[in-house]
Amino acid sequence: MAAQAQAKERKLPAPAVSPETKDYWDAAAQGRLLVRKCTACGEAHHYPRTICPFCFSDKTEWITASGKGTIYSYSVMRRAPVPYVMAYVTLAEGPSMMTNIVDCDFDRLRIGQEVTVVFKPTDGGAPLPMFTPA
Amino acid sequence: MSLKGKAYIAGIYEHPTRLATDLSLAMIHAEVAKGALEDAGLTNADVDGYFCAGDAPGLGPMSMVEYMGLKPRHIDSTDIGGSSYVAHVGHAVEAIAAGKCKVALITLAGRPRAEGMATGTVPRSRGGTPTPDEPFEFPYGPTVVNMYAMCAMRHMHQYGTTSEQLAWIKVAASHHAQHNPHALLRDVVTVEDVVGSPMIADPLHRLDCCVITDGGGAIVVVAPEIAKSLKRPKVKVLGAAEALKTQMGGKVDLTYSGAAYTGPPAFAEAGVKPSDVKYVSIYDSFTITVLMQLEDLGFAEKGKGGQLVADGNLISGVGKLPFNTDGGGLCSNHPGNRGGLTKVLEAVRQVRGEAHPKVQVENCDLALAHGTGGSLGSRHGSATVILERE
Repeated sequence: MAAQAQAKERKLPAPAVSPETKDYWDAAAQGRLLVRKCTACGEAHHYPRTICPFCFSDKTEWITASGKGTIYSYSVMRRAPVPYVMAYVTLAEGPSMMTNIVDCDFDRLRIGQEVTVVFKPTDGGAPLPMFTPA
Repeated sequence: MSLKGKAYIAGIYEHPTRLATDLSLAMIHAEVAKGALEDAGLTNADVDGYFCAGDAPGLGPMSMVEYMGLKPRHIDSTDIGGSSYVAHVGHAVEAIAAGKCKVALITLAGRPRAEGMATGTVPRSRGGTPTPDEPFEFPYGPTVVNMYAMCAMRHMHQYGTTSEQLAWIKVAASHHAQHNPHALLRDVVTVEDVVGSPMIADPLHRLDCCVITDGGGAIVVVAPEIAKSLKRPKVKVLGAAEALKTQMGGKVDLTYSGAAYTGPPAFAEAGVKPSDVKYVSIYDSFTITVLMQLEDLGFAEKGKGGQLVADGNLISGVGKLPFNTDGGGLCSNHPGNRGGLTKVLEAVRQVRGEAHPKVQVENCDLALAHGTGGSLGSRHGSATVILERE
């Protein structure tokens, strides 16, 4: 079932863009994953915010992520028209982000597995960063 | 200020329906309010505090206050999903202790079945202005079930919890539900039935998931002098706590729930410990929800919840920690996809000695009710109350 399912394409809704996150989605359109990092406390966070959620400093900036990470947890959503994999991936830069694992055999995934970013088109909006086994 | 003993639960009511095709949302709110007030021996004219959450039609409490002819001098429409009503009990005690009201009414109603809502398996956008998290989550397809499933997957990976251990939670709920004539699912199931049911979102099977039902319930919390004047058994609120757990800026940790934040202060306020508790009502949207909350509340060491729930240990009259003796959300009722209020109701029945005789816990003088609202896998509310028979 999984092998068939991952061959099908899901239609992905476009993410809503705000003034705070426009750079993130513009970078995604260019195939780059951004992470927001605080220069005051040195911590990176996700999802991106102007004011650091850890130290509440406004000295935050974009950094380009390596696109590498590991699967923190996942679930194959079998009960969907086109099954897909929900996941949290812990980025090499520190934060974990909600995402999908794609272009792979869903039944061979495991927690701790190394993954790398890919970008998937949405329905009329910026592409979404997703991950595939490295 | 400790809230210990500052107020009592004097009235409860659970709507018997599980499919409310012929009832409006407002009608259900009023019917459960009437039921709980009559249980207490009070009327709508006695109510001077009103509490509701996002399930109530209209802007906060406005429409329901008007519809039910209430004249509250204290109102609260805090919405933390299914845990709201457990938090409302704590808020009601606070308001009563501060002299802001004497008779607090809490209502819940919902009709997702009548409306044909795909509750657990379809991603939902709130519409309107997106929350800051939504663009980074909604397009990926988070649903209620797959977000809780990720918690289960991580728990299994980190602690060796098994699907069979989770299944025991459903088995225990089904043993209780067979005695509840209003329960949606009354057939006793086995561990094999649960792990053999269709996989919805790995590792959660269909029978790891709660029911979807219409209905509702209400709670009346009163000042001590009112409780003394009424004829019902006195159920004292000993302790209460509430909290939110989030993704913490990306420091995601799915191994624990907000119950880790609310259990310790609630027990401290009550002056009791987990081993003193005779009965627990634990939010049971999914089997994993129960297991994690039991650990976080201190009923098992973190990671050992699987051993606590296995082998019938949650079955009343069989195990050491009877839970959800009405059948809970897993088998009986999860009105409006918000199961916190019904958790309080069965805890009150147990403390009063009014649970079904087949599931009534002997000498049940101390009970705990805990709610979770929102998504265990992203951000959720938690609320705990501890109740004592006086």
